[in-house]
Amino acid sequence: MSSLTEDYRKREESISYSAESAGESETHELMTLNIGPHHPATHGVLRLIATLEGEVVRDVKPLVGYVHTGIEKTAEDKSYWKVIPVVERMDYLAYYFNAMAFCGAVETLLDIEVPPRAQYLRVIHLELNRIMSHLVWLGTSALDLGAISMFWYCFRERETVLDLFEMSSGQRMHTRYIQVGGVFEDIPSGFEHKLRQFIELMPRRADQYADLLEKNQIAVERLRGTGVVDQETMLGLSVTGPLLRATGNPWDLRKAAPYSSYDHFDFKIPVGTVGDNYDRFRVRHAELYESVKIIEQALDGLPEGPFITPDRKVSLPPRHELATSMEALIHHFKLVTEGFRVPPGEAYYPIEGPRGELGCFVRADGSAKPARVHMRDPSFTNLQALAPMVRDGYIADLIATLAMLDPILGGIDR
Amino acid sequence: MPDATGLELYAQELRDRDGESIVDTEFHRNRATLVANPQKIKPVLEALQGKGYTSLASLHGVDYYPHEPRLGVLYELLDMERVDRISVKARVSTEDPRIDSVVELFPGAEFPEREVYDMFGVVFEGHPDLRRILMPEDYEGFPQRRDFPTGGEPVLFTFNEEGSYGRDM
Amino acid sequence: MDLKREQLPSDFRIRQLKARDMLRGDLEGEDLERFVEERVVTTTLEKAVAWARGNSFFPLTFGLACCAIEMMSIVASRVDIARFGFEAFRASPRQADLIILSGRVSIKMAPVIRRIYDQMLDPKWAISMGACCSSMGVFNNYSLVPADKFMPVDVHVPGCPPRPEALAHGVLRLRSKVQGNAPAGWRERYEAEGTEELLPEGDLRSPDISVLQPGDTAGA
Repeated sequence: MSSLTEDYRKREESISYSAESAGESETHELMTLNIGPHHPATHGVLRLIATLEGEVVRDVKPLVGYVHTGIEKTAEDKSYWKVIPVVERMDYLAYYFNAMAFCGAVETLLDIEVPPRAQYLRVIHLELNRIMSHLVWLGTSALDLGAISMFWYCFRERETVLDLFEMSSGQRMHTRYIQVGGVFEDIPSGFEHKLRQFIELMPRRADQYADLLEKNQIAVERLRGTGVVDQETMLGLSVTGPLLRATGNPWDLRKAAPYSSYDHFDFKIPVGTVGDNYDRFRVRHAELYESVKIIEQALDGLPEGPFITPDRKVSLPPRHELATSMEALIHHFKLVTEGFRVPPGEAYYPIEGPRGELGCFVRADGSAKPARVHMRDPSFTNLQALAPMVRDGYIADLIATLAMLDPILGGIDR
Repeated sequence: MPDATGLELYAQELRDRDGESIVDTEFHRNRATLVANPQKIKPVLEALQGKGYTSLASLHGVDYYPHEPRLGVLYELLDMERVDRISVKARVSTEDPRIDSVVELFPGAEFPEREVYDMFGVVFEGHPDLRRILMPEDYEGFPQRRDFPTGGEPVLFTFNEEGSYGRDM
Repeated sequence: MDLKREQLPSDFRIRQLKARDMLRGDLEGEDLERFVEERVVTTTLEKAVAWARGNSFFPLTFGLACCAIEMMSIVASRVDIARFGFEAFRASPRQADLIILSGRVSIKMAPVIRRIYDQMLDPKWAISMGACCSSMGVFNNYSLVPADKFMPVDVHVPGCPPRPEALAHGVLRLRSKVQGNAPAGWRERYEAEGTEELLPEGDLRSPDISVLQPGDTAGA
């Protein structure tokens, strides 16, 4: 057992602390505190080495890799169709977004059109997933701040969203609903009715959440004015998503570079002013309403048509055709055994995930398996902004800032 | 995306500044890629940053096995004002996998460069803190390279769980 | 629990009258002894303690990846494990006795988990939730470790991620196991006793018995 501690100490010593030598004297001593990887407040297995001077944080160094799954390596062994479930498990609260980024990259390489009905269905599910991700964020962040009852309310709504996912795809999480060329299946008959009930319900519930937290003295004092970072630092660190929007920059890929018919919908981008934790909280909360608006418009304008590309070299033929058409049978066989081949090339497809720009880089070499899949995860880049956010703040503000940063370790570690 | 002619204009401009900086250009499915000389990567990125591509959306590595030079580092640049993207590729070989770090130009490149070092073994000179980020600190090998095996563990059933540690506890 | 209880007289009126007499202090001698015997449950101390232990797990707040979100769902209101008394999730391993490994165990995290498991006090149990820690799950590659390899696991819950109901079922199975009546599983339901797999004699890895060698299923 002692050799295990020896190795551990050696590994810790290899990390250099930037604030180590600053201000070391007999009265000022910097304490190093190891937070995590198993800690109730670290939103997953994030390990932070905080250098403290009393209660004030002088520096924080995040150490990640504790849930590294080798997703990108596994994806190179599987045919394109089979990569989708693997890649979905990366950012585990935004699984539709992971699949969308990957499928978008492959569709760019294959140069195929996604039918409009599939685009609208994708938008509906993506926005539902965004709502669900923000609900989990709200519940767990409030739990970190001490407002424990928010957790139950948010998860109650989350169950409704997961019921909708189960209705359309059969699975609550990691549904592999978004496929290359469209979606896996059309929505069943009760889905629209249930979704309309949800659309009616969600803004009222979001109002209730706001009532609970936004004017609460404790929440305001913990969030207002803490973790302030200005826009230039955020832009330099390539931070995107609600963190950047909280500083006042309305950068949202859904509006700036619309993909999958987002330009058909009318919605606003909530933007903050100061860039502190309270702004981040308000931006994400306001996005709940905007997502509901998008879902309503998409449901009202849902066009008729195929739900996946009719190109039989890429998507499976419908089952009834297998009994009558020989080509359908051959296509089905080829697609299930080998999978479709993608002509050589590279593509990077960025979309707006709940935490920022989620991009997927796919390199195809002409075979049925991708040669490289890389997911550009927003939490990975956003984590670099943690150090400027918590510098010279209290350690209690570190916890609040970490909650407002919304890191998802599955995406960071991949 | 700059279109094919726009890409060629960029390449020409950069070649005018420094003849060796751009090795090649690629344009495929609306994606413009400048293949740069790894020795000159910093001036190329600085020039592009001056042209408006102020944000580094992604920095990642690719292993082009069996084509030499094997390891490629890709920089996806984003221009937020004009909503334009351009990629810059720099290829290094496994014998001498060194390239300049661009953390001074784009502070957000710190973690991605550490990841490329961890997964591919590309050493970024000038990086403030180049250590492994995803794998354990003392891990040997660079997992994302094409000749690194995917690995795996056998699934433990009743017949083969005798040797596993947890069984006798 | 083992109960030794005499059959209570089925006539409700008789029981009522006896209870009335007891309260008045009118029952005496043999009647009194019989009355008390009918209402006493006898068991062994171990079984009583096991019953109490099984009904009061203190799970550790230990979420790794996607399964952690479904584990949070069992604390939420739809599938509410507070019904069974397990809602007191403790943050410190010294105070917890059930570790639910929810999510994929990477090679960097395995020593950390082992250390946490060692810090837990006896008696302690482990549930391996999800496919990734039970077997290798979706990802069978260089960076994941199955939980059985470094710590003993009592219940494996399959699924990717398992529904909260499935995890609740797993926790209840563990409760039955702790309380001493481990369920026989599907064999009981389908009356298939006698079909248990008997491991053959000899070295299980020899090619006569199994063609699978360690490492064979890698990269599957």
